[in-house]
Amino acid sequence: MFTLDSEVLGITFLSLRISGTATFISLLIGITAGTVVALTRFPGRQLIVSLINTGMGLPPVVVGLFVTIFLWRSGPFGFLEILYTPTAIILAQAIIATPIITGITLAAIQHLPPNLRLQILALGASRIQMVWILVKEARLPLLAAVMAGFGGVISEVGASIMVGGNIKGYSRVLTTATVMETGRGNFDIAIALSVILMLLAFGINAVLTRIQQRERPR
Amino acid sequence: MIPETDPPVLLRAEDIQVRRGGANVLDIPALAIHPGQTLALIGPNGAGKSTLLLTLACLLKTFRGRIFFGEREIDTHHGDFDYRRHVTMVFQEPLLFDATVFDNVATGLRIRGVAQAEIERTVSRYLGLFGIASLARRSARTLSGGEAQRTSLARALVTKPQIVFLDEPFSSLDPPTREGLIGDLEQILQETRTTAVIATHDQPEALRLADRVAVMNEGRIVQIGPVTEVMNRPANGFVASFVGVETVLPGQVIKTADGVFVVAVEGGEIQAMGHVLIGERVLCCIHPEQVVLSADPTFSASGAGNVLSGMIRKITPIGLFYRVRLDCGFELVSYVTRRSQEDLELEEGKRVIAFFKATSVHVIPQKESPLL
Repeated sequence: MFTLDSEVLGITFLSLRISGTATFISLLIGITAGTVVALTRFPGRQLIVSLINTGMGLPPVVVGLFVTIFLWRSGPFGFLEILYTPTAIILAQAIIATPIITGITLAAIQHLPPNLRLQILALGASRIQMVWILVKEARLPLLAAVMAGFGGVISEVGASIMVGGNIKGYSRVLTTATVMETGRGNFDIAIALSVILMLLAFGINAVLTRIQQRERPR
Repeated sequence: MIPETDPPVLLRAEDIQVRRGGANVLDIPALAIHPGQTLALIGPNGAGKSTLLLTLACLLKTFRGRIFFGEREIDTHHGDFDYRRHVTMVFQEPLLFDATVFDNVATGLRIRGVAQAEIERTVSRYLGLFGIASLARRSARTLSGGEAQRTSLARALVTKPQIVFLDEPFSSLDPPTREGLIGDLEQILQETRTTAVIATHDQPEALRLADRVAVMNEGRIVQIGPVTEVMNRPANGFVASFVGVETVLPGQVIKTADGVFVVAVEGGEIQAMGHVLIGERVLCCIHPEQVVLSADPTFSASGAGNVLSGMIRKITPIGLFYRVRLDCGFELVSYVTRRSQEDLELEEGKRVIAFFKATSVHVIPQKESPLL
């Protein structure tokens, strides 16, 4: 770990790239979906909210299973030929993180003062401007969504190993490598990978927490 | 209700109805807002004041009815964007954004795409008008209640709206802060000739800020007119009780001569002036400020019309005054200054003489007073 082994570095950067991309995609989908559900009333909304909340605890292996079935050669999206690639891991991780970010966004927008939306419209805002200002107002809880989403996907192993295949130098990430090295009895390498994983998760969350606490209302 | 005929009209509502849960929560057959004037909406909780403000600000869908801004009919179903850019609203809570005071006040201008140099100039001017220039770089989260509401008002008025709707903006402030802010707002509304509609519980606030007042109850306007007219000539018992008339007595006219008549009320008689018929049932409304007390039992006030002996039942301090409840055969309420209370040595159980002029009694024919 301390000699900066090129394979370990490669695995680390790939993990960051995959989980970072998956979190980014989830943010785009989750913030949009959470905001829409928070600001609209429609039949079946309660069911949608329940599904989002259930999705926040979606087991990664279940996601892995269904993504594998869909991307399998004979599956509905088999023609894409992305199973056992980093793209498949990004897809699976985005599916895991999206409900988490949607749920936190939904709660964050709903917890804003009820009349704030009317106040923004009363200042002459269009609907899109109103939504943008609301999202800006909810930025601190949304940082928590980023932390929860990224933390959830960088540390998951079930889906990554199922849809990525743990191919050396191609789709091997920190968690799948740790599982493999543990299975081989290489505990020193497994521990080193785990430490890197924890340092990554801690480092990114520390930066986001610092931003969040600096902006926290006094 | 007094018909609205005064031209010119800036905003006109016709046959407005708003429904919630299948029930009508607002029913306004006609309402006109005149340019440069301030209309105060007063009434108890749930009277529909906030609902009317939201409806007029085009922030609430109507079930039926039409609203005209000048000659143009506004789209009340789809939140008429163009109209909303000409009006604004301030709520009871300041609802500030998590940003600096300057950025809060600048929000409306940024929404409109105003150039940064113009934003700097205009925002600075309004921060100065509301006495918060020194707070410009402070986070809105660190402001006191009064500072936050000043920021909220500056944020609304900086866009130079043609109408500002104010939903009890001072109700959460302590009296000295409220007094200062009302004074500043009064001056700014006059200087900028901004038309305003303000919902309030506070009668003195309405008296101070408004040119006209509308008394609301159960989603309807019970009476609307110039402030002095509504205060001095309430249309019915409900309005009377809401504009500070503490003595409202039902009675029957028993004698009339030369415009002066006598009303028999339960426990006594009251002289009043006006044109009524003998036998007619009326309500006698007496403002507590009109009732003067004397501790001298031999006192005789010439021309007072009504001179009554009564016993003080209760004395309650209300700010600079004392509220004195008298038993004169019927209950009569008088306000006296602290100085008068000391000079007259008023105390509960003491007998005093109460007098008020026949012209001070506002008489409402009871057939027009279904609410009492």
